[in-house]
Amino acid sequence: MDSLLNPDRPPVFCPGCSHDRSVHTLDRALKEMGLKGSDVVIVSDIGCSGLFDTFFKTHAFHGLHGRALTYAAGIKLAQPHLKVIVTMGDGGLGIGGAHFLAACRRNLDLSLLVLNNFNFGMTGGQFSCTTPEQASVASSFLNLLEKPFDVCDVAACAGAPFVARFSVYRKNLPELLVEAISFEGFAVVDLWGGCPARYMKKNPLSPKEIESAIGKLQPYQGVVSTNIRREYSSYYREEAAKDTAGVDWQGIEKTFEPTVKERREVVFLGSAGQRVITGGTLLGRAAILAGMNVTQKNDYNITVMRGPSVTEVIVSPQAITYTEVGKPDVIVALSEEPVRKCWGLFQKMEKEGRVILAAGVEIPTTDAQVLEVNFKAGGIKKKERALAALSLLAQTGDPVTLEMLREAISQSFHGQRLEEALRILEKAAAIPVHE
Amino acid sequence: MGLLFIDGNQAVAMGAIHSGCRFFASYPITPASNLLAAMLDTLPSAGGIALQGEDEIASIGYCLGASMAGMKVMTATSGPGLSLYSENISFAIAGEIPIVIVNIMRQGPSTGSATRGADGDVQFMRWGCSGGLPVIVLAPADVSDCFTLTVHAFNLAEQFRCPVIIASNKEIGMTSGTLDMERVEKPAVIDRTLHEAGPFLPFQVKIGEDVPPFLPIGGPILVRQTSSTHGPDGYITTNPSEIQAGVERLQRKIDSKAESFSYFDLEERKGARTLLVAYGITAGAARAAAAELSENQNIPVSLLVLKTLWPVPEQVLQAAAVGVERILVVEMNLGQYVQEIRRVLCNQRVDFYGKMSGQLISPTEIIEEVTRG
Repeated sequence: MDSLLNPDRPPVFCPGCSHDRSVHTLDRALKEMGLKGSDVVIVSDIGCSGLFDTFFKTHAFHGLHGRALTYAAGIKLAQPHLKVIVTMGDGGLGIGGAHFLAACRRNLDLSLLVLNNFNFGMTGGQFSCTTPEQASVASSFLNLLEKPFDVCDVAACAGAPFVARFSVYRKNLPELLVEAISFEGFAVVDLWGGCPARYMKKNPLSPKEIESAIGKLQPYQGVVSTNIRREYSSYYREEAAKDTAGVDWQGIEKTFEPTVKERREVVFLGSAGQRVITGGTLLGRAAILAGMNVTQKNDYNITVMRGPSVTEVIVSPQAITYTEVGKPDVIVALSEEPVRKCWGLFQKMEKEGRVILAAGVEIPTTDAQVLEVNFKAGGIKKKERALAALSLLAQTGDPVTLEMLREAISQSFHGQRLEEALRILEKAAAIPVHE
Repeated sequence: MGLLFIDGNQAVAMGAIHSGCRFFASYPITPASNLLAAMLDTLPSAGGIALQGEDEIASIGYCLGASMAGMKVMTATSGPGLSLYSENISFAIAGEIPIVIVNIMRQGPSTGSATRGADGDVQFMRWGCSGGLPVIVLAPADVSDCFTLTVHAFNLAEQFRCPVIIASNKEIGMTSGTLDMERVEKPAVIDRTLHEAGPFLPFQVKIGEDVPPFLPIGGPILVRQTSSTHGPDGYITTNPSEIQAGVERLQRKIDSKAESFSYFDLEERKGARTLLVAYGITAGAARAAAAELSENQNIPVSLLVLKTLWPVPEQVLQAAAVGVERILVVEMNLGQYVQEIRRVLCNQRVDFYGKMSGQLISPTEIIEEVTRG
C-alpha cells in the first residue's frame, strides 16, 4: 500500500522535534496494515499534536483541547468499521483527564497515541501533568510542587486493556504501533519524545536518556491481561439487540363520559415516600379515561426520600393553559411541612371545595369541607396514603369515579403491584371519615 | 389512539425519534435527567445509541463526533451543563455540525435550584459562546410544542448545519400534559443535503447557497472537520478575506432565512390597546390572562407567543405591534428578552413584568400589570 502522508502538506514541526518522527512512524504503521485513507480517521485536539490530522490523507477531525477522545467515541459508535486513531499531547491528556479515564473504563476500539514531550510546547513551555518535578519549565516553580503522573500506570489502573510505553526513537516502533492499532479495544501508547523549542533547551533529553528513563519505570508492552474484556461498541449493540420492548407511547382510550364540566384543581400535599406523584398520575390517567385534559405539575426538594412532595393536578374538559393551582377544589393534606408551605391555598378554597386531611396534620381555617381520615388506624401504610386518599376522593365521583380510578390502576400496574393497589382502594373504602 | 399523558421531556424524546435521531448522549442533571431516561428506553431498541457521558463536555463531544459520522444527534442539559457545553457549541457553529441541544432551564444563577423552573438562560443561549455567531433557539410552551418544535429543531439543524437549542423549562419538561397525537403538528422530516458529484471540499458552498453539502466521516470520500478557522478545504487559513467571508456566511446562512422559521402564535383582538408578549411556560398564563381580560372584563388584549427566540423574529414583532399603544413582555427572569423587543420596537412603549422566584407567573399577576398600565 501507499503512504497515507498528505503530499500537499508536509510536516511543519520545529527542527529536531520528535513529533516529526511520530508522523512518519504512524504512516509506516498504517502502510504496513494496508489501510486506505478512507478506512482511517485521525482525531486530534489542540497543541502540536493537533497538527497531525493535516499531514495525512485520511478522514480527519480536529477539535477542542483534551476532548479528542469524546469525538472519537462518537465517530467509532456511528461508523464501527473505521480505524480511529487519536493523537493527544500530555497537555490534552491533563485537561481531558476525565475522558481519558472514561475511555480506559469503556474499552471502545480506539487507539490513543499520547505524544508525550513533558510540556506545553505551543503555548510557551508550561508544565503539564507529565513534567518531572526537577525540570526547568515556564511555569516558575509550580512543577516542583506536583507529582507528575505515569500515563501507563493510570491507564492500566483505569482498565485499559492495551497499554504501552515506548521511546519515539525505538527502531521497531512501526511494528509496535501496528500491534496497538490492530488491537480490538482501547489501546494507549505513551510515546516519549523531546520538544527542542521549549523543553530541551533547559532540560537536555537525548534519545538515549529517554530510553534509559523508560527502562527505570514499570514496563508496559501492550496487552494488560487483567483488563481484557469485551469491546464496547460490539457489546453495546449486542445488549441493545436484546432490548426489543422499546417504549409504549400508546394513548389512553376514552371509555367513560366526562364527570365534570369545568376545570378542577387538585393538590396533594405530602412527603417523599407517600407516593404522592404516583397518586397524582393515577388521578390524571383516570380523568383521561373520560377524554378530559390533564396537567400534572410536581414540586419537591432535591432530597430523594425526605422532604415535602407536592403534586398539582388540573383536570378540565377545556384546554388547560396555566398549569399552577390557584384556587384548589380539592386538597389532599397528608403531611405537615408542605401544608405550612401552602398555607394560603386553604384560605382560597370555596365551600364546595374538599380537604382530605390525614389525622394529626394541622391546617388553617378554610371554607371547604374537611374530611378527616385516620389512615394509621385504618392500617394504611405511609406509601399507601396518596392512593388511599385518592380512593376517598373518587367516592364522591368528582372529578373521577371509583370505576375510572380502578381502570386507570389496571392499565398502569401489573401483577403484584396491581393487586396491592386494588387492595389499598378497598381498605381505604372501609375507613371511617369524620366531617 | 387516545390521549397520551406525558411530560415535555418525553415529548421531546418522541419528537427526536420521529425526526430520525439515533444518537443521544447526556450527563444526568435535574430537570433533564428523565430525557436521558426516555432516550435510554427508546434508542437502543430502535437501533440507535444512547450514552451517559462522564460529564457534559464529553456528552456533547460524543454527539459532535457521531453527527460528523452521519447520524442525527441530540443532547440535553440544564444551565450548569449548558455552561460546560459552551466551547463545543461554538465548535458546532464553526464546524457546521448539526446538533439539537435541549436546555431544560432551571432557577439560576449558578447551580441555583435544581427542581425549580426559570427562563434565565435566554440571552446566554444566544451569546454564551465565543465568536458571537448565531444559533437557533426554539421555545416550546407546552407538551405539544415539545414534540413539534423538536422536529423543527432537527430539520433546522440539518438544513443549516448548525446547533439548534430547544429552550425548555423545568415547568414544561417535567410537567405532564395530555397530547393528542392525531392532532399534533408533525412537520415533514428533512435530512441534511449530501454532496452529490464532483470534487468534494468539506466547507465549499454551491454558488448562491450558504450551507455546504455534507459527507460523513467514514465514507469513501475523505472528510475533514476542524474547529480552527478554515477555508472551504477544511484546512487552517490565515487569509483575512477568506476568514471574513467564512464568518459572514455563518451569520448570513441563519439570519437571512430567519423569517422562514419564525414560529409563533398570535391572538389578535379587535380594539386591543395592549399586546402581551410571552414565550415558554409563561405563555400559558399570558393566554389565560388575555382571555380573562378580553372575554370577562371587556379589556381586549392581543397576545403574541414566540416560539422562535433566536434569531429574533423581527418582522413578526413589528407586524403584531401595529396599532397597539403598549407592549407588555412577561418572562420568568429579571428582564432579558424584553431587551430584544425594545430594540425592535424602539418607537413604542415596551413594558416588562417578570420574576425568578421558582414560582410560575400567574394570570392574576399579568392581569394586574395590564390594567395598571
